[in-house]
Amino acid sequence: MRTMLVFWSAVLVNNFVMSRFLGVCPFLGVSKKVNTALGMGAAVTFVMAIASAAAYMVYNYALIPLHVEFLYNIAFILIIASLVQLVEMFIKKSSPSLYKALGVYLPLITTNCAVLGVTVLNKEAGYGLFTSIINGVGAALGFTLAITLLAGIRERTARNDVPPCFQDFPITLITAGLMSIAFLGFSNLIKL
Amino acid sequence: MSFTILASLGVLGALALLFGAGLGYAGIKFKVLEDERVGAVRELLPSANCGGCGFAGCDGMASAIVNDGLSPLKCPALKAENVQLIAGIMGSSAEAPERRVAFVKCRGTTEVCKYNYKYEGLADCAAAGALAAGGAKSCAYGCLGLGSCAAACKFGAITMKDGLSVVHREKCTACGMCAAACPRGIIEILPYSAEARVFCSSRDNGKTSRANCSLSCVGCKLCEKACEYGAVRVENFLASTDYAKCVNCGKCAEACKSKVIG
Repeated sequence: MRTMLVFWSAVLVNNFVMSRFLGVCPFLGVSKKVNTALGMGAAVTFVMAIASAAAYMVYNYALIPLHVEFLYNIAFILIIASLVQLVEMFIKKSSPSLYKALGVYLPLITTNCAVLGVTVLNKEAGYGLFTSIINGVGAALGFTLAITLLAGIRERTARNDVPPCFQDFPITLITAGLMSIAFLGFSNLIKL
Repeated sequence: MSFTILASLGVLGALALLFGAGLGYAGIKFKVLEDERVGAVRELLPSANCGGCGFAGCDGMASAIVNDGLSPLKCPALKAENVQLIAGIMGSSAEAPERRVAFVKCRGTTEVCKYNYKYEGLADCAAAGALAAGGAKSCAYGCLGLGSCAAACKFGAITMKDGLSVVHREKCTACGMCAAACPRGIIEILPYSAEARVFCSSRDNGKTSRANCSLSCVGCKLCEKACEYGAVRVENFLASTDYAKCVNCGKCAEACKSKVIG
């Protein structure tokens, strides 16, 4: 039950983009097309799930026994960077078109604060291995949900008659702000 | 204390080794066979990622050259010898393009041009031109002198001197970013050899032009009469040169009383 709560909390209530404001760079950068946004979401989901597990293991089985917990930030960044490299190699091999569409934002998952954020939040909340992974997957699915919704809206606004001064990024930022307000409607739905 | 230091080193070292080895293995496992010519061509491109070719950067250009047979001449910043080398890699021949440079069609320095007021706003030509009554200088056509072109130049080839953009011809690669950045559109990409260049963009009549700036074209047509090849023409009180017809004889420059050609 608690894991379900953690999951839905990460997806909706504490949505990483919409209420924690983490990972906004790819959220705005890769949200022009729904397909690309879904690809980005999949890549982030993979990285976040594995990163949550790896960060848990490293923190609990390497940093705590040796009393060097203060190294968690740098160790987590190391884990994430390696994982992103791996994902990049895998996508380059398996789907060159997705690789091209994600472009510079793929290696930028490394510096996506949502990924580091979920590992640090897991550590702070003291989640176990399983709950950490659930939280990671939930946060990533929440990210995917937000970015896909925004991409869908952007695909439509692109065809609309937007005043020149609001075209492209300004209207996207307004859209993102309105979405964030909408997501506030989920607040207090779940109390952890 | 020292144990903590050693433990830190050990943990991070071990993690780095582990991940490094894993990535090394994955690198072999997921190796993508890439056309080695792409890398070789990429090495020869200028690496400024200026975007003058229309691709996102030099990487995109390199793969377009190799995979789509794009001409390396599409890169405006490419050195002539590298054009030959790329052509060699691609097994085709390409003639070296004529060297081109950016040229600012204005001589309105702080000394020669009149000022309507003192501008102390944002140092951006487009902002000053659009918001502040067309800029501080009284000439509505000339260089605004706030350095938007210098900021746009990825090669450090434009500096500001006395309220005027100065192109350093040896550094210029003719990528055209300055011309795109200039809200007045007074930067032109010209052949390096061109000599009969008109250093003025004012289409005001002679009297107004001269009142605004002492080094301005008044549209007297002396240059047009002096040119034996029909290369220099005066339209809207402004001389312009057709560089295809110009033979660099220098007669227009001699004839110009306002000293704006040459």
